[in-house]
Amino acid sequence: MKVVILWSDALLFLLLALVFIGGWWSRRQAHLRDAWRKVGASATAMAATTVLATFLLVGVLDSLHYRERLPDVGGVPAGSTNYSNEVLSALDAVLSPLRTRSEKTYSAPLATYLFAKESLDAGGGGRDFPRLRHGGAHLGAQLDGHGGDIAMRVLKGLGLGVALWLPLWFFARRKKLMRSGIHGDGAGDTAGPAVGAVLVTALVLLLIAGVVVALAQGYHVLGTDKVGQDVLYLTLKSIRTGLLIGTLTTLIMLPAAVLLGMLAGYVGGWVDDAIQYLYTVLNSIPGVLLIAAAVLMMQVIIDTHPEWFASSAERADARLLALCLILGVTSWTGLARLLRGETLKLREMDYVQAAQAFGVGRLAIMLRHILPNLMHIVLIALVMDFSGLVLAEAVLSYVGIGVDPNTISFGTMINAARMELAREPMVWWSLAAAFAFMFALVLAANLLADAVRDAFDPRNAG
Amino acid sequence: MLAYIVRRLLYAIPILIGVNLITFALFFVVNSPDDMARMQLGVKRVTPEAIEKWKVERGYDKPLLWNAQAGGAARATETIFFQKSAKMFAFDFGRADDGRDIAREITTRMMPSLAVAIPVFVLGLFSAVSFALLLVYFRASYLDFAGVVLCVAMMSVSGLFYIIGGQWLVSKIWHLVPISGYAGGLDAAKFIILPVVISVIGGIGSSTRWYRTLFLEEVSKDYVRTARAKGLSERAVLFGHVLRNALIPILTGVVVLIPLLFMGSLLIESFFGIPGLGSYTIDAINAQDFAVVRAMVFIGSLLYIVGLLLTDISYTLVDPRVRLQ
Repeated sequence: MKVVILWSDALLFLLLALVFIGGWWSRRQAHLRDAWRKVGASATAMAATTVLATFLLVGVLDSLHYRERLPDVGGVPAGSTNYSNEVLSALDAVLSPLRTRSEKTYSAPLATYLFAKESLDAGGGGRDFPRLRHGGAHLGAQLDGHGGDIAMRVLKGLGLGVALWLPLWFFARRKKLMRSGIHGDGAGDTAGPAVGAVLVTALVLLLIAGVVVALAQGYHVLGTDKVGQDVLYLTLKSIRTGLLIGTLTTLIMLPAAVLLGMLAGYVGGWVDDAIQYLYTVLNSIPGVLLIAAAVLMMQVIIDTHPEWFASSAERADARLLALCLILGVTSWTGLARLLRGETLKLREMDYVQAAQAFGVGRLAIMLRHILPNLMHIVLIALVMDFSGLVLAEAVLSYVGIGVDPNTISFGTMINAARMELAREPMVWWSLAAAFAFMFALVLAANLLADAVRDAFDPRNAG
Repeated sequence: MLAYIVRRLLYAIPILIGVNLITFALFFVVNSPDDMARMQLGVKRVTPEAIEKWKVERGYDKPLLWNAQAGGAARATETIFFQKSAKMFAFDFGRADDGRDIAREITTRMMPSLAVAIPVFVLGLFSAVSFALLLVYFRASYLDFAGVVLCVAMMSVSGLFYIIGGQWLVSKIWHLVPISGYAGGLDAAKFIILPVVISVIGGIGSSTRWYRTLFLEEVSKDYVRTARAKGLSERAVLFGHVLRNALIPILTGVVVLIPLLFMGSLLIESFFGIPGLGSYTIDAINAQDFAVVRAMVFIGSLLYIVGLLLTDISYTLVDPRVRLQ
């Protein structure tokens, strides 16, 4: 096994590290600690965080990439090892039954027969729905007890979910994490974190996961797509792409937006003019068209330099990063303008004036006195942009200027499945699965973003 | 006022030049015309002659910025920059890959785009403002809470879902309107009604929530309390005072969009087969027709700058305190 670190993996882990450092740092700052406490006390925010953490877990598992070692073949000199061309992730390893058990083409969720009729050579001919290779294969030829088997598995899954949840619940009770009443102890701001909301959300998630795991061992829970791949596997793989687009775009644009916004606000003069000119120009190009133009150009570069990329995964990764970069270029202007305005305000603050009077250098003032006070805007921008970017990815992939067509993402799934509603009977499960997962991710992100904005926006500090 | 408008128009020129330079850099410097030709003709099995022919057909065989071989003014004009980028200022966009004149194509495709975009804009604004006012009227009640929850849920649904779901339900199951297509004149109505409704529904969540915040901010101000204290009804307060004052931030977000209505909507038009500028752009992107994409970028920026100007002027109309100088 050889570990492969794609650029996007590295950036994702860098982002996680930054989040941890930021969290550790804000523990020591009284005002930030209070703000986070406010987020923690909100039941919807904590429920949303639980959902997001689950998505994040899937995404991180899917970011641990490796290449499998190929079995030694005769003719290869001893000592040299060959690795498979295919880059897999830890998630692939966990889901390898789902990944490898593919059918011929469409099949409905939990089905035992293929979706399309085929002429059967064995058994005297005629056209009929052939049995699936894997879905319900354990039932035997007569399919006795298909419904009963599903019901049994659902029950087992629910049991598994409860069994996994109970330790959590006992832990929370023993540590007395739960609040005394539903509405806390009456003192709004000092209320503890909304552990109850986390526990309820975790129970729901674990029940769903338990049922899915129990069913997935015998069936395709969400059906299969056109080439027979399991839709559940595809949706789980899509999560990483969505998370990356939603977070890396902001991460990539952040240095430029912070630096330029702060410079424009603090230095002023021709620097301000130049930076304002730059972002007016970028802003005035319609976003989609700039993205389209840049992605077309990026595609030409990627196509004309195949030697830069060792594997197709790396090429798809380069395109994903390019997309993040371009989305970042089109979206940093709004943040830069906000930061410029805030810096203009901060520049006149007493403590900045005092620092200037003491002869502190410009750079030191910007780093020590202005930057920390801009961080809440950056944080709010990070969480507010996330959901919009996840939705944008789907649209852009549909337009053909999104991620590489071989990258599994919500957009490519929707794009591949959208014509299939016209079939009779229609194929709805790919679309439904992609939309449902995307809805869960974006809704959770929106709810958390609202809570974070309410807690950190100084205008709300009463 | 007039002097201000003239100055703003002059200020637009450097911005348009900047846009032009960026697109020029994107299309011709990052990738040489040779790369583009190779991409268009297929990377494999391409001969130098075929590349040369492709470039001559499209006028990409000239030098980028400076033609040393020509004499006089032709040194600057017989270049890709002048022929392809500078000429855009005269609305000369050249020809698309299929040989049609882009400027002509744009003028004929503008009408279908507007036929969809204007109803969407008017209906969307009207319904979002009414819903927001309704929520503010019932503020801090369960109805308000349910409305906000609904807005957040609607915001979290992908726009593609509204389109695909709406097409499937209304056209395929109920057979109310054709799935896609377009006709001129009054026949257009049955083709545009579904796209309009879907776009309005798709956008209503986020705008209602945004307007509600604006209204709530306004409701808590002193003059509103005064208005209530002098005995005005809640309806008179909302429509006569809150709505009028909250119009200013709403205008900032909305007026800038009006000129961009010409561009149409990429998604809606391509899903519903409306022959407007949005679907033109999508087709050009898919066919990798660089000339069309470049022209659309230029027009889009131009319209955006016009929108900024309109925003400033509309301020003076709704808020007498604002003076342009």
